[in-house]
Amino acid sequence: MIFTDIIFYTLATILLFAAIRVITTRNPVVAALHLVLAFFTAAGIWLLLEAEFLAIALVLVYVGAVMVLFLFVVMMLDINLDKLREGFWDYLPMAGIIGLLMAVEMVMVLGGKFFISAKMPPKPADYSNTAELGRVLYSDYLLPFELASVVLLVAIVAAIVLTLRDRKESKSMNAADQVLVKKADRLRIISMPSEQMPAEPISTRSAEQTNELVNKHVNKETK
Amino acid sequence: MQWLANIFGNWWPAVQLTSWTLIKIVAIVLPLLIAIAYLTLAERKVIGYMQVRIGPNRVGYFGLLQPLADGLKLLFKEIIIPSASSKALFLIGPVLAIAPAFAAWAVIPFDGTKVLANIDAGLLYILAMTSVAVYGVIIAGWASNSKYAFLGSMRSAAQIVSYEIAMGFALVGVLMCANSLNLGKIVMGQAGGFWHWYFIPLFPLFIVYFISAVAETNRAPFDVAEGESEIVAGFHVEYSGMAFAIFFLAEYANIWLVCALAATMFLGGWLSPVPFLPDHILWFLAKMCFLVFFFLWFRATFPRYRYDQIMRLGWKIFIPITLVWIIFVGGMMQTQWGYLFH
Repeated sequence: MIFTDIIFYTLATILLFAAIRVITTRNPVVAALHLVLAFFTAAGIWLLLEAEFLAIALVLVYVGAVMVLFLFVVMMLDINLDKLREGFWDYLPMAGIIGLLMAVEMVMVLGGKFFISAKMPPKPADYSNTAELGRVLYSDYLLPFELASVVLLVAIVAAIVLTLRDRKESKSMNAADQVLVKKADRLRIISMPSEQMPAEPISTRSAEQTNELVNKHVNKETK
Repeated sequence: MQWLANIFGNWWPAVQLTSWTLIKIVAIVLPLLIAIAYLTLAERKVIGYMQVRIGPNRVGYFGLLQPLADGLKLLFKEIIIPSASSKALFLIGPVLAIAPAFAAWAVIPFDGTKVLANIDAGLLYILAMTSVAVYGVIIAGWASNSKYAFLGSMRSAAQIVSYEIAMGFALVGVLMCANSLNLGKIVMGQAGGFWHWYFIPLFPLFIVYFISAVAETNRAPFDVAEGESEIVAGFHVEYSGMAFAIFFLAEYANIWLVCALAATMFLGGWLSPVPFLPDHILWFLAKMCFLVFFFLWFRATFPRYRYDQIMRLGWKIFIPITLVWIIFVGGMMQTQWGYLFH
């Protein structure tokens, strides 16, 4: 057993634990957080396989963006667990068949000839996975790459168009108009003659009178 | 050393590697912690002088022991855990807020040779780590089981996720110029005096990056996550003692981090601005301090943005600016003036 093996088994244990907790925990937010942990440890295992670009992309895209939005939604939900569990036994046979099918497919793929091949020769230390991936992606596979990005763009636009409801009674303000407001739009300066001062000030108490009052007060205190 | 090697036998190289890496990590994190502590003092002093006050001046000369006194005070305070909160997550929240801010320092080059992990995907790693930082705020807000905390964390999460996009696009311009994701190579691409630094050809991106960085760290004028006047300190309203202090440390650690990144990406890292002075790590520190000063200056100057205008600024102004400038830079690289952008 070497150093990397220990790291692998540690990460694999955490990954399995997190994955099981995702489906067994009762609280949906805790489940989503365990999914985050599972993604994170999976990224660690990919790093062990020298796929640093994919590992970091996994953290960046799934942990940093997708799961944040996911948590956002899950936190707002008011989930009634009893209602969710209602049809458990009705769904069980169907779910069991699908689960079995997926397991068989995975065994077939992992047992296939593409996965039996001997270990990949270790790459030299200065080999850059990231640069290599970028080169291949933007030269040999340029067309599929661009097609995939166009499909994604269409999906984004479609999602917005499908969910956008322009409410007529909405009283939201146009921020751009607000920002462009000038002083002249809101403020009017008009000239007015100044008012006359009253002939005599209301308070005519002199300094001596004030002192007298204070002294009287102090004397009362000392008595 | 030999007897240690005998004890561990075959494991010796692994043990040696691990302990050596740990020493390096401590050598980065310790000065960082001190810098964070003294940034709190610098902030109070700078804002004090800007408002014609003196600022803290009682604990030690010029208040130099103030951060230690504050830390000690918070350390001895009780951490109150609300009975209706989700206890484990309540305590994990602050940890998740501060850990990414430290982890990102692994790839930052201090010098031509001084870097903990000289990896090729360095810039991606930084983006990944800064995007993880939002979990601390979300979890803290949710676990507190309080409406103010929850509102604060929702605001903050939406804000951080949106400004991350503008920030990421601004950095795309840098990697186009540098032809690399490795931070050390990005700095070396700017060698030869300050007129080679990337902030000149990428000036709009530099401005967008810096303002996004202010928003990303939840600092004034974008500090609606705290919004004392409306949601009483937002996501950390239920925290006390050291758990509260950790959130503050995370905020200041993030300020140092984004300034270190700006210095590396746009201001030539450890390179000296003029050819006749030698390159040194001190240049890097000086550039960082220069940028950090702007954060303090902003806080003393600008009133808080309204929440919908923050979102508008991020999505409708910054992201289009970065997209246009990236296309412009890409186009210019194909012309005879391409050398200006390398």
